[in-house]
Amino acid sequence: MFDATALNRRSYRAQGIAKAVFCLMTVALVVPVLLIIGTLIYKGGPAISWEFLFTPPRNGMTEGGVFPALVGTIWLVVVALLASVPVGVAAALYLSEYAPDNLLTRTINLAIINLAGVPSIVHALFGVGAFVHFFRFGTSILAASLTLAVMTLPVVIVATREALQAVPQAFREACWNMGATRWQTIRKVVLPNSISGILTGVILEVSRTSGETAPIMFTGATAFIVFLPESVFDQTMAMSYHLYYIATQQTGVPEEITFGVALVLIGIVLLMNAISIGFRVYLRGLKKW
Amino acid sequence: MDSGRQDPGTVEHGDYAIETRGLNLWYGDFQALFDVDLGVKRGIITSMIGPSGCGKTTLLRTCNRIIERLGYVRTTGSVNVLGHDIFGDDVELVQVRKQIGMVFQRPNPLPISIRENVLFGFRLHEARLRRVTAAEEDEVLESSLRQVLLWDTVKDRLDKPATGLSLEEQQKLCIARLLPVKPEVLLMDEPCSALDPAGTEAVEELIWRLRGDYTILIVTHNMAQARRASEECVFMLLGRIVEHGRTEELFLSPEHSETADYIEGRYG
Ligand SMILES: Nc1ncnc2c1ncn2[C@@H]1O[C@H](COP(=O)(O)OP(=O)(O)OP(=O)(O)O)[C@@H](O)[C@H]1O
Ligand SMILES: [Mg+2]
Repeated sequence: MFDATALNRRSYRAQGIAKAVFCLMTVALVVPVLLIIGTLIYKGGPAISWEFLFTPPRNGMTEGGVFPALVGTIWLVVVALLASVPVGVAAALYLSEYAPDNLLTRTINLAIINLAGVPSIVHALFGVGAFVHFFRFGTSILAASLTLAVMTLPVVIVATREALQAVPQAFREACWNMGATRWQTIRKVVLPNSISGILTGVILEVSRTSGETAPIMFTGATAFIVFLPESVFDQTMAMSYHLYYIATQQTGVPEEITFGVALVLIGIVLLMNAISIGFRVYLRGLKKW
Repeated sequence: MDSGRQDPGTVEHGDYAIETRGLNLWYGDFQALFDVDLGVKRGIITSMIGPSGCGKTTLLRTCNRIIERLGYVRTTGSVNVLGHDIFGDDVELVQVRKQIGMVFQRPNPLPISIRENVLFGFRLHEARLRRVTAAEEDEVLESSLRQVLLWDTVKDRLDKPATGLSLEEQQKLCIARLLPVKPEVLLMDEPCSALDPAGTEAVEELIWRLRGDYTILIVTHNMAQARRASEECVFMLLGRIVEHGRTEELFLSPEHSETADYIEGRYG
């Protein structure tokens, strides 16, 4: 009575095939990532040491470490965050909490999404024109960070807006009803409940900012400088540009060092992501609806 | 917030808590309210009945201007609350909403503790004007929760999240948190529709207890509830007010045939 019919068996077969295909696709995704990280660790791992992290390159970059580039990348990322997070979050708050839903708002939203797709080299040229020349910041951390900020702003805005829109409308109405102004509603209810989503945007931004080369190449990064930056008006080395430089422009750099630099760069990105994700999980735990 | 503005609650006004004159409302091109003239008397419970989609929620949301959130809504006509035109230029929205508390169809406690929920409005308004002691807050908390018959059930878990309460308790909490703001009017949009029969009865009992202290306008699909728990009743159909009168009269001898059809269950 409960024996499988031919039709049953056919659907099982179809299901089996579908499952196998999906599984294969997942593997196809994971394998390259593991291969890349594996290669980096295998080839660059031996180069990593405290000395590598904390000394400048020597001898035409064929020896020594990455310290100035490491510090430079941190400068670039932090300054870019300081510029883009407040602006991006404020813009997203305006667009989703204050702006009326009309043609203009929708056009602006569309423009922002399109801005996210502009190639980074275009942002780089914009940065040269706007920050290096027009605002006369010269090639400096400031100009490079602002270029990075402009580039990542759409990501922050879009992520923040999505996080804000995930907060149930009923919460806002409950607040307005007790006579809260929009700003009080945002501060007491909307932001606390969307902060984890906003952090996602920041995570994406940090990863992208620390890895980009094109936008900083003409605006503030320099191939070699032993001094650490002292202010945002100095030029600086940066991990991504350093890697590009020793891999393509400089001859005689041992493979170990090149892979070591790449490993440190990926390490920074992963570390920053891990910190943000940890923070996010913690905040999500506080959220209760 | 402009605290120097005259408090609408202390001003002389007529017998109506809410009075609309020729109120029309459009959602974009769709007209949802047609020439609504409604006078909700002070201090009593008025129920509002009518088939789904006739504009009950829309009318309620117009009275505290929550509907403005939707950019494509347009209104003409006037709405007077406690004798003041709420569409007037010098009207402070915050003051309007303080006077008109609203209870929604789905209980919507904020995702914070029970205590913070009840004190939310109080902290927003009182605590900004003067120093509020913890003892005073506790007093407000207890009296609000007692008024909605919730104190005994939640007094041991005041700092637990409000979203962990049952729906009935959540709805009572949503009423409780309006009270510290001292509204004159409570608008309730099908407050019992998400509740089971026991919860419905409990919330109905509560609404009846609040009678006299507040002007209450309650939307309901439950004919028996309207009949039991209100003194006046409004019947709406397709964005218009068809009939408005004393509840027993409206149910026993309706003037309009549509009303009769509806209360006898011939509409959806
Ligand atoms: N946000 C909106 N945008 C466009 N039309 C709307 C919107 N909200 C309601 N409407 C329309 O306005 C009319 C009245 O809706 P409303 O929600 O006020 O009815 P209701 O009497 O509360 O119905 P119910 O008993 O189902 O709650 C309906 O025809 C509805 O489709
Ligand atoms: Mg409704």
